[in-house]
Amino acid sequence: MAKHLIVVPAQTGKLDAQIPRLLQAAATIKGQLHGLVLGDDGSSDTAHALASYVQQVYMAQHKRLQHHLAQPCAKVIADVAKQIEASHVWSVGSVWGSETLPRVAVRLQAGMVSNAHQVVDEQTFCRNVWAGSVQQTLQINTAIKVITVRASAFAPAKPLSKAGAVQRCPVDAQPCGMHFVQFEPVKSERPELTQARVVVSGGRGVGSKEGFAQLIEPLADALGAAIGASRVVCDAGWVPSDWQVGQTGKIVAPDLYIAVGISGAIQHLAGIRNAKVVVAINTDDQAPIFDAADYSLVADAKQVVPELIAALKSE
Amino acid sequence: MKILVAMKRVADYESPAQIEAGGQALAWDGPFVINPFDAIAVEEAVQIKERQQDVEVVVVAVGVAEAQQQLRSSLAMGADRAILVQATPPWDALAISALLHAVVKQEQPDMLLLGKQASDTDGHQIAEMLAERMQVGQATQASKIELSGSKARVTREADGGLQTIDVDFPCVITADLRLNEPRFAPLPAIMQAKNKPLQILEAAALGWSGQTACTCQQLQLLEKKKKGQRVADVATLLQQLKQEAKVL
Ligand SMILES: Cc1cc2nc3c(=O)[nH]c(=O)nc-3n(C[C@H](O)[C@H](O)[C@H](O)COP(=O)(O)OP(=O)(O)OC[C@H]3O[C@@H](n4cnc5c(N)ncnc54)[C@H](O)[C@@H]3O)c2cc1C
Ligand SMILES: Nc1ncnc2c1ncn2[C@@H]1O[C@H](COP(=O)(O)O)[C@@H](O)[C@H]1O
Repeated sequence: MAKHLIVVPAQTGKLDAQIPRLLQAAATIKGQLHGLVLGDDGSSDTAHALASYVQQVYMAQHKRLQHHLAQPCAKVIADVAKQIEASHVWSVGSVWGSETLPRVAVRLQAGMVSNAHQVVDEQTFCRNVWAGSVQQTLQINTAIKVITVRASAFAPAKPLSKAGAVQRCPVDAQPCGMHFVQFEPVKSERPELTQARVVVSGGRGVGSKEGFAQLIEPLADALGAAIGASRVVCDAGWVPSDWQVGQTGKIVAPDLYIAVGISGAIQHLAGIRNAKVVVAINTDDQAPIFDAADYSLVADAKQVVPELIAALKSE
Repeated sequence: MKILVAMKRVADYESPAQIEAGGQALAWDGPFVINPFDAIAVEEAVQIKERQQDVEVVVVAVGVAEAQQQLRSSLAMGADRAILVQATPPWDALAISALLHAVVKQEQPDMLLLGKQASDTDGHQIAEMLAERMQVGQATQASKIELSGSKARVTREADGGLQTIDVDFPCVITADLRLNEPRFAPLPAIMQAKNKPLQILEAAALGWSGQTACTCQQLQLLEKKKKGQRVADVATLLQQLKQEAKVL
C-alpha cells in the first residue's frame, strides 16, 4: 500500500485552498496520508489545519526553514520521507513546489513528474507539454515517486471525521548557500488568480497602465473577479508580474475568463485551457484569441468595457 | 570567474508539434532554436563578461549532434567556448542533471546560469536537480542579478511576491523572461563563432547508462476548443453569459 507524504510550507492564517485539492490527487492512489509542514516557530497553525485531512502531520520547525528556502527544505523533506518510508512525495506545483521538489527527487533518487493534472495509477501521471497543446503520460519507474500537482485540476478533498496527530520532527539543519534578504508581497484584495471563479485579463490592447486602471480593474470589481494579464503587459510594468497568465505564468481554471485586448498567442492560451467559458474582446476580427473564445466581441475595449461595467452595475 | 550556461535545443515556439515513434516522441519540422529562457541565460552571462574583467563563459548542451548549431549561436552571442554532450533521447531530468554535473566537475565554474524551464517540455526540474547534486544554493526565476565578491544577489519571482536572496558561489541561477532581452548576433560575430572551440563529449563516457527514471507512455494532441459565436454588442454578450452559459 502507498504511503503519501504531502509537503506544505507553513503560512499564517487559513490552509492554502490548493492543499485539499492536492490531497484529493494523492488520495487517488490508495494508501496512508501523512503531512509535513515546514516553517519556523509560527508553523503550528498550518500543521493543525492539515491534520484535519491526514492521519499524521510532522512539523519541522527551525529558524533556517523560516523563509522556506529550497536547499534546507529539500533536506528535511527527504529525511522525513526516508524515515517514514514514503512511497510518494507530493506538493502543489507552486513556485515553491517547483523549486524544492526536484532537489528532494535527487536526494531520494526518485523519478519526478511536474505539474500533473491527472493521476492514472500509482506510477502513471498526465501533464501538459508544448504550451499546453500536448498531453504527456509519464510513468515513474523508481520505488519512490515525487510529484507536483496542478491543484486546480482536482476537486477539494473533504476533511476526515477524526483529525490526525501532530508531531514535531527533528531538523538537521546544515550550512546553506542561500540567504534570505527580503520579500515584497504583491498585496491584493481580489481572489487568488488560480482559484478565482471569474478572471478578467488585459493585454497590450488595453493601451497603457492607466488604461488598465480605468478598464480592467473596475470590470474586475464589478464581477468580483481576479485580474490577469498577458506577458507583454507584465513586462511593460503596467501590472505586477505575478498576474501573468500563460505557459510561463499562472494556469487559471475559472468558470468565466474575459480576455480584453489580448491577441491569443499559444503561450497565453496555455494558461486558459481549463477555463469553462472564454469571452474575448478585440478590435482585430482575425485575432487568434477568437479561436479559443466561446463568445467573441469584435470591438474597441475603450468603448465596450465601460458599457459592460455600467450594465453590470445597473443590475 | 567562470560562468557555465546550460542550454537546450528546442523547436521554435511557433511550430506546431507532431507526434511520432508510436505516440511516444514529439517531432517538428523545425526550425530549431536555443530554448528562449536559455538565450536569456547566455545573454546575462555575456553581459557580465562585458562589465567585468576575467570572465570566461562556457556553454554546454546535452543532445543530438545538431545541437552544435545552437551552441554556435551562443558563441556568436559572445560565449567563449562550447561543449556538446552527445546523447540520444529518450532522457529525463535526473539523467540530464547528472550529465551536467559531470561537466561541472570538470569545469569547476563559479556560477551556473540555466533557463527557468525548457519551452518544449516545461519540465522545470533540471536546474534544481543540478544544484542539489552539487550541494549548492540556487536562485530560480531571476529577474535581476547583481554580483558582489563571491556571491550573487538575486531578485526572483516567488509565490505571492518578489523575493531577494543572496547565493554563495558556486551557485545555480535560472533566468526568467524578464531578466534581459537577448541580442541578435551580428554577421561578423557569427563568422567569428565558427572558429571558437567546440568540444564534443560522449554521454556514455560521462557515465550515462541510457536508463531513465521516467518513461513516456503516450503523447496525445489536445483538441482545440470548438469555435464559439460572435456577439453583436454588450447587451447580447451579457444575455448569453446569463442564459446560455449560465456563468453570471
Ligand atoms: C517562451 C515564451 C513564453 C511565453 N509565455 C507567455 C505567457 O506565459 N503568457 C503570455 O501572455 N505570453 C507569453 N509569451 C508571449 C506571447 O508570445 C505573446 O507575445 C503575448 O502573449 C502577447 O501579449 P498581448 O496579447 O497582450 O499583446 P499583442 O500580441 O500585441 O496583442 C494585443 C491585442 O490587442 C488588440 N487591440 C489593440 N487595441 C485594442 C483595443 N482598443 N481594443 C481591443 N483590442 C485591442 C490587438 O488587436 C491585439 O490582438 C511567451 C513567449 C515566449 C517566447
Ligand atoms: N538537454 C539539455 N542540455 C543542457 N541543458 C539543458 C538541457 N535540458 C534542459 N537544460 C537546462 O535546464 C533548464 C531547465 O530545463 P527543464 O528542467 O527541462 O525545464 C533549461 O532552461 C536549460 O538551461
